[in-house]
Amino acid sequence: MTQKRWPEGWRDVTPGCMVLEAGSAVEYHTGSWRAKKPIWDNSKCIKCGVCYMFCPEGCITEDQEGFFVANLEYCKGCGICTHECWPKAIVMVNEED
Amino acid sequence: MGKRIGMEIALAAAEAAALCRPDVIAAYPITPNTHVPEHLSDIVAEGRLDAEYICVESEHSAISACCGASGTGARAFTATSSQGLLFMQEILPIVPSLRLPVVMVIANRAVSGPINVWNDHSDIMYQRDTGWVSLFAANGQETVDMVIQAFKIGEHRDVMLPVNINIDGFQLTHVVEPIFMPDQEEVDRFLPTYKPFAQLHPDKPISMGALGAPDIFNEAMCAKNDALVRSKKVILDVWKEWEKEFGRKYEPIESYKTEGAETLIVTMGSMGETAEIAVDELRKDGMPLGLLKIKLWRPFPFEELRKAVKGAKALAVMDRAVSCGGPGGPVFAELRSALYDEPKKPKTLNFIIGLGGRDIVVEDFIQMAKKTAASKKVKPEDAYEIYGARE
Repeated sequence: MTQKRWPEGWRDVTPGCMVLEAGSAVEYHTGSWRAKKPIWDNSKCIKCGVCYMFCPEGCITEDQEGFFVANLEYCKGCGICTHECWPKAIVMVNEED
Repeated sequence: MGKRIGMEIALAAAEAAALCRPDVIAAYPITPNTHVPEHLSDIVAEGRLDAEYICVESEHSAISACCGASGTGARAFTATSSQGLLFMQEILPIVPSLRLPVVMVIANRAVSGPINVWNDHSDIMYQRDTGWVSLFAANGQETVDMVIQAFKIGEHRDVMLPVNINIDGFQLTHVVEPIFMPDQEEVDRFLPTYKPFAQLHPDKPISMGALGAPDIFNEAMCAKNDALVRSKKVILDVWKEWEKEFGRKYEPIESYKTEGAETLIVTMGSMGETAEIAVDELRKDGMPLGLLKIKLWRPFPFEELRKAVKGAKALAVMDRAVSCGGPGGPVFAELRSALYDEPKKPKTLNFIIGLGGRDIVVEDFIQMAKKTAASKKVKPEDAYEIYGARE
């Protein structure tokens, strides 16, 4: 998850730091911010999708069986999914664990 | 050909702004700038100008609306004074950071308290580091000319920065002066339609004002500062073109009777015209006195200043703002900084004058010039005085 150092120098900064391409945030892999990651226990999951709706990063997606999974390239580890999951199917665990 | 008319300067500033065909005007009236937006509102209501006039609820909204409008590629104009300018503070540094060429007339007025609606330069001095190009007009003609020049300077692809034109509240805004008002054809020729570098449009989405984390903020500020420093070249080019088209010359620092001058008065804004009379009178008595009038405040013309003071033995620097607990007025601080590394430096005295509309008359300049010429050694603690404050 190493970030490309861009711009290299101040002369490469676009005027006004404008981002001239739409959807470029996808290139910013915010997963490196994370200290804890969400782990789903699918035996408790009722497939309600609350985690998917509340994720501020929009990095939770539904898999083919209807369960949910976070894209760890972008998940910042905020824990909102865990907080909102009322069947308590998600726990936050330390990155190193 | 434009014609010579008698007009209140605030109205003339509005007329000049209208000649530049702004697409969006968002302003909130505050003394003494009130007549500028009021008159522009009339011009739009009368159908003389096809612009969106946004009646905002505050100055914070006025500059925000102009910033957003400019982001879409519109030519945007606003005007304010004093507390209104301070209320814009949050947005003021963002406009140049986004490289948006909004133009603003500032009818300079003291910042409260005590509450005061009269002129000094404290409002712009609180905003001097925001990244705007800052011009100072000395009279009505310069006001009109600078408003038109401002759009051309700010919109230039090598600049892309907002520009403010400072005119002394009441001393200029409410005075009727004979002014050469260019006609529409001349202004259209001088100022082409604004072609933005980029614009907010649903067909081609872009982002302005994205987060700048520590790994880019340094570089962003470096680029912003560089743009303002380099804008001087464009300013000089635009002023040269203006002289060619309209016959009136503009320089970052205008010299008046400086040949052989040992003492120089340094002013900014309308007080320069009063100082001219003092120079005339003392020259008659044989005193080698001259005058420098600063017209370009940001980017500060260091090089031109060093050149202009060459040969002078003493400088009487006028400031219309106090830097409380600091080294004297803001102009003085800049000027001393410009001269610090010079091998031969003139003595520099700072007079903080005309605060909150206190009148400055010819006799005051005569006294200050004489005091400066006679001063032997200047101790740091005597470097500045708030002139005319009653004991």
